[in-house]
Amino acid sequence: MDYAVRLRHVTKTFGKVVANHDVSMDIRKGEILALLGENGSGKTTLMNMIAGIYYPDAGEILVNGKTAEIRSPKDAYDLGIGMIHQHFKLIDVFTAVENIALGLEKNEKFDLKAIEARVKEICEKYHFELDFQQKVYEMSVSQKQTLEIVKVLYRGADILILDEPTAVLTPQETERLFNVIRNMKADNKSVIIITHKLHEVLSISDRVAILRKGEYVDEIDTAEATEASLTEMMVGRKVELNIGRSEPVNPVRRLSVRNLTVYNLEDVKVLNDVSFDAYGGEILGIAGISGNGQKELLEAVAGLQPAAAGSSIEFFERGSENVAMELVGKSPRKIRNAGVHLAFVPEDRLGMGLVGSMGMTGNMLLKTYGKGHSLFTDVKAPRVMAERVKDELEVVTPSLSTPVSRLSGGNVQKVLVGREISEAPTVLMTAYAVRGLDINTSYTIYNLLDEEKRNGVAVIYVGEDLDVLIDLCDRILVLCGGRVNGIVDARSTTKEEVGMLMTNLRKEGTAREQ
Amino acid sequence: MSSNHSVHREPAVRIVKRDTVTMGKKIFVRAAAILLALVVDAFFIFFVTGLNPLSVYRVMFDGTFMTPIRFSWALRDLATLLCIGIALAPAFRMRFWNVGAEGQVLVGGLVTALVMVRCGQSLPTPLLFLVMFVTSIAAGAVWGMIPSFFKAFWNTNETLFTLMMNYVATSIVACMTNIMRGQASSLGKLNMSNQAGWFPQFGITFLPDILNQRYTINILSVILLMFGMFLYMKYSKQGYEIAVVGESENTARYAGINVRKVTIRTMLISGAICGFAGFLIVAGRDQTISTASAGGQGFTAIIVAWLAKFNTFYMALISFLLVFLSRGASEIASAYSLNDFAASIIEGIILFFILGSEFFINYRMIFRGSGKEVQA
Amino acid sequence: MNSSLIAWILRAIPFGTIIMFGSMGEIITEKSGNLNLGVPGIMYLGGFAGFASSYFYEKLSPNPKGWVCVLLALFCAVAASMLGGLIFSFLTITLRANQNVTGLALTTFGMGVANFFGVFILNGASYTAAPLAYASFSKKMPVLSSSFGTVSEILFSYGFLVYAAIIMAVALHFVLNKSRVGLNLRAVGENPGTADAAGINVTRYKYLATCIGAGISGIGGLYYVLDYNQGIWATTGQIEALGWLAVALVIFTTWKPLNAIWGAYLFGMLYWLYQFLPGVLGIHISSYMTDLVQMVPYVVTIVVLVVVSFRKKKENQPPASLGLSYFREDR
Repeated sequence: MDYAVRLRHVTKTFGKVVANHDVSMDIRKGEILALLGENGSGKTTLMNMIAGIYYPDAGEILVNGKTAEIRSPKDAYDLGIGMIHQHFKLIDVFTAVENIALGLEKNEKFDLKAIEARVKEICEKYHFELDFQQKVYEMSVSQKQTLEIVKVLYRGADILILDEPTAVLTPQETERLFNVIRNMKADNKSVIIITHKLHEVLSISDRVAILRKGEYVDEIDTAEATEASLTEMMVGRKVELNIGRSEPVNPVRRLSVRNLTVYNLEDVKVLNDVSFDAYGGEILGIAGISGNGQKELLEAVAGLQPAAAGSSIEFFERGSENVAMELVGKSPRKIRNAGVHLAFVPEDRLGMGLVGSMGMTGNMLLKTYGKGHSLFTDVKAPRVMAERVKDELEVVTPSLSTPVSRLSGGNVQKVLVGREISEAPTVLMTAYAVRGLDINTSYTIYNLLDEEKRNGVAVIYVGEDLDVLIDLCDRILVLCGGRVNGIVDARSTTKEEVGMLMTNLRKEGTAREQ
Repeated sequence: MSSNHSVHREPAVRIVKRDTVTMGKKIFVRAAAILLALVVDAFFIFFVTGLNPLSVYRVMFDGTFMTPIRFSWALRDLATLLCIGIALAPAFRMRFWNVGAEGQVLVGGLVTALVMVRCGQSLPTPLLFLVMFVTSIAAGAVWGMIPSFFKAFWNTNETLFTLMMNYVATSIVACMTNIMRGQASSLGKLNMSNQAGWFPQFGITFLPDILNQRYTINILSVILLMFGMFLYMKYSKQGYEIAVVGESENTARYAGINVRKVTIRTMLISGAICGFAGFLIVAGRDQTISTASAGGQGFTAIIVAWLAKFNTFYMALISFLLVFLSRGASEIASAYSLNDFAASIIEGIILFFILGSEFFINYRMIFRGSGKEVQA
Repeated sequence: MNSSLIAWILRAIPFGTIIMFGSMGEIITEKSGNLNLGVPGIMYLGGFAGFASSYFYEKLSPNPKGWVCVLLALFCAVAASMLGGLIFSFLTITLRANQNVTGLALTTFGMGVANFFGVFILNGASYTAAPLAYASFSKKMPVLSSSFGTVSEILFSYGFLVYAAIIMAVALHFVLNKSRVGLNLRAVGENPGTADAAGINVTRYKYLATCIGAGISGIGGLYYVLDYNQGIWATTGQIEALGWLAVALVIFTTWKPLNAIWGAYLFGMLYWLYQFLPGVLGIHISSYMTDLVQMVPYVVTIVVLVVVSFRKKKENQPPASLGLSYFREDR
């Protein structure tokens, strides 16, 4: 068999976190390999090692049969390997051709015309559509992606790695991309495509390799695979986590979202007609491949994302269950001033939830500093609160004034969660609350959330680990492509069911069950 | 060059951000920087003038400390520089590059002078001072607010905008002084006849001679400001908002802070204090106005505010160092018949060293082959 | 043609040349993402080094030659200014000091050095001159400057640096937009991360752009002293004002060297506007208004800055990473 790249026992760790453990896999010449796995399963890290972004701690990489040392993206280029990252590396004010010409070898003559001619050849060969003189900032996401692929091909890549290329594309654009990929295969190039979308895996790939929690699980010829078998391989067998889950007591409706639609800055519909209710005394899990609208959903509720006309987010505060408070159109300040007790633990802890340069005390003030009519902030209360959070959640910090950016990830999250729950919220929203945390801290967080639930708080938990979602939550809402693709009972559902809902958008109409 | 990919070399030096720096280390690095700068300056003095650097430094010391009157001049200059530095602190904390202090001071001073001339004869003294005070801070505030308005709504580059505003202010002051001087060759002190609008010069009698100042009002008001701004930045709600906006706009939005409002409000304050500095300069120091009234202090104060990292007490220290240098240099100039510009050179070299030394406070260097390979 | 209009142009073009050099240097520097507010200081260094070298050459050489004088002055001016640029580069690129603050300190330093040593040369006099240098730098073109009457007067009656500035602006335009170096340089100023990933040595580009830029800015100072100011050195603050005007011009040109040509002359016209208002435009203003008219270039620059930020046209924005330090985090 003719292999383009072979990985042998590759291991990569970041600090204490093992990203890839003892992975061995092969990429054949002239095949399209789909690399499948959940978020955080180590797909991108593995590919980054082939592309020269990371260097493996152990193991070796063979390219075209020879051991290769890939220390930089340039080394990878020299070996004919090119990777198209999710975040494009392009200069906005440059034209397509200028971006391709950037950083090319010095010994060839600088002639944009000649480069353009060669680019044109490539485009014709693989049927790319590219306007060579268009500036990058005028391009759509799909055009930028095309440019990245052409750039890589121009540099002579025979092995292309695409990191979730379809995440940002419309179905038509995806189809066009797949045609190009098939053309490349016909030209005996190897293509690795990282993805979550099962139907795409089935339609484009020759073979599927599956990673789970950093380890290589198995591989399968696409011809023999079905969506069900792939889902099972991807999510693995259900692992019991022993998360203490209490029974919901007397659930009261706290949040009622109806027809919520949100457009992002590029005017792309990121949330499409989302409707659901959240109840006090239960944990509502939100599952989905990341980037399917979870962030926008929480931010829209918190007043940080403008909702499109026709959307409605009604809030029912404790003690006034019959009064619906409309949150759409209100700023975070207005929401708070209206007496709404809404707590929000955002995904970007230091970039949004906390002020990195301030200590715990300073951060306790973030949402309440404006209280009262004094010109000055309250000095005593936040210190008491910081003291309490530190003790109750066992935050490890040299002092209450040590900038929180210097604390470890787990302690940062404890500070943030501690502040949010100390305000006695009616609704508590958390986004990826345990991402990057060790097992112990994760369980601390699970227990805290369950305790909040027992206190009658409506908890919304956006998560990525299906085992956790199924064991922690009461109901799970699955987002797919910005739509609600189903709401399931966490006690009776299976990983496969949730996995299928995450990866396969159902037809219109069936997605509206409550 | 690096196409030979089978050879891997760890870079000779890796630079890593420090997590924590002890106070002692900070002081040590800065003191070392100043000391090194003084050594370089000593070489400079020796090679250029052939004088003994130590005796030159000795003379320099006299520039500030030899007589009470000199010390009072030094404190007066310190008050001016510190006042502008204090004005810049909240803007810089917000990461708003206000390099327009020079202009904001000038318009404040100009308005003060205009009020002195127009109302000097008619208004009773307390009212006159009140009008001077209010109009000068209003003028400075407006001058500072304009760039912030455009920054807040259209993200117009504030560094370049505020910089340009300096020269607009200079031109206006030049024009107005020409009008005010009329046929005279220069403007001279305003209200020479009745001294209306002049700060009275007095000392506090029970203090020892050296502290017996002529510019008591300037100094006292800047000391008040120093404490006031320290409290404002550290304990007030607005100060808190400024810190959050400066750290991350996303966090500010999350906390419900209106970023535009804070941007404009902070620049109103920054400009107002600059305008107040203009008031102190005109009413308390010069009793006149010219394009040189701010004398580059608006730029020097940027360095002061930046180096002190928003702490007004550090600002006082750094301002004192700079004032000491420039006073000392003019002393050298007259003692050895050199010229005042020696001050700029010495000051420049010291600033270069202090700026460079920040690197050693914030980063750690790891040299090749030290430790890391062993661990791996 | 109106004779005062001609006189106006004859003032504006040399004036514009000073700031054209200053701003071309700063354009190169800013294209690499470095905002160097030390331009006035650098122009002082260039002006003084150029003057001092030719002054001593004229004084010490028994038989001074014009072309030696020119080369020597140019060499010293460029070398001194590049040294200023090197200080800035080392502090901001290697030691990651804040660019604004370092630039301002460099302005203080450059002004101090030039005036301090200038006083030694002056030696008590209020000014000194380097007449041969002036004669050589301001030498008009032999035939063209006299054969065509008014046209000759307007177009060909200047020293060679006026034409060198235009040629340099055109050359700079081509280097920036049509060469590999220019492409890479612009990439560094726009997005150093992407440039780095493409295999461009970001640090080297920043150093070189800043030092070469400083060298070119320094020629502006040299031209001011040895041609515009007739080879006379006097202690003044004039160069500082010119330096800031050069920074303003960079904004006015929206970072495009070709715009610097007409922009510089326009600034020159505006600067001298007050003198020619009555003669050319028939507007009579009081003498005290002259200073007010001098703010017009700055106001125009502010208007350009604001309009550019309104329109958000990408091509006219400052380089995206202007003023920011770049360091690749350890991988």
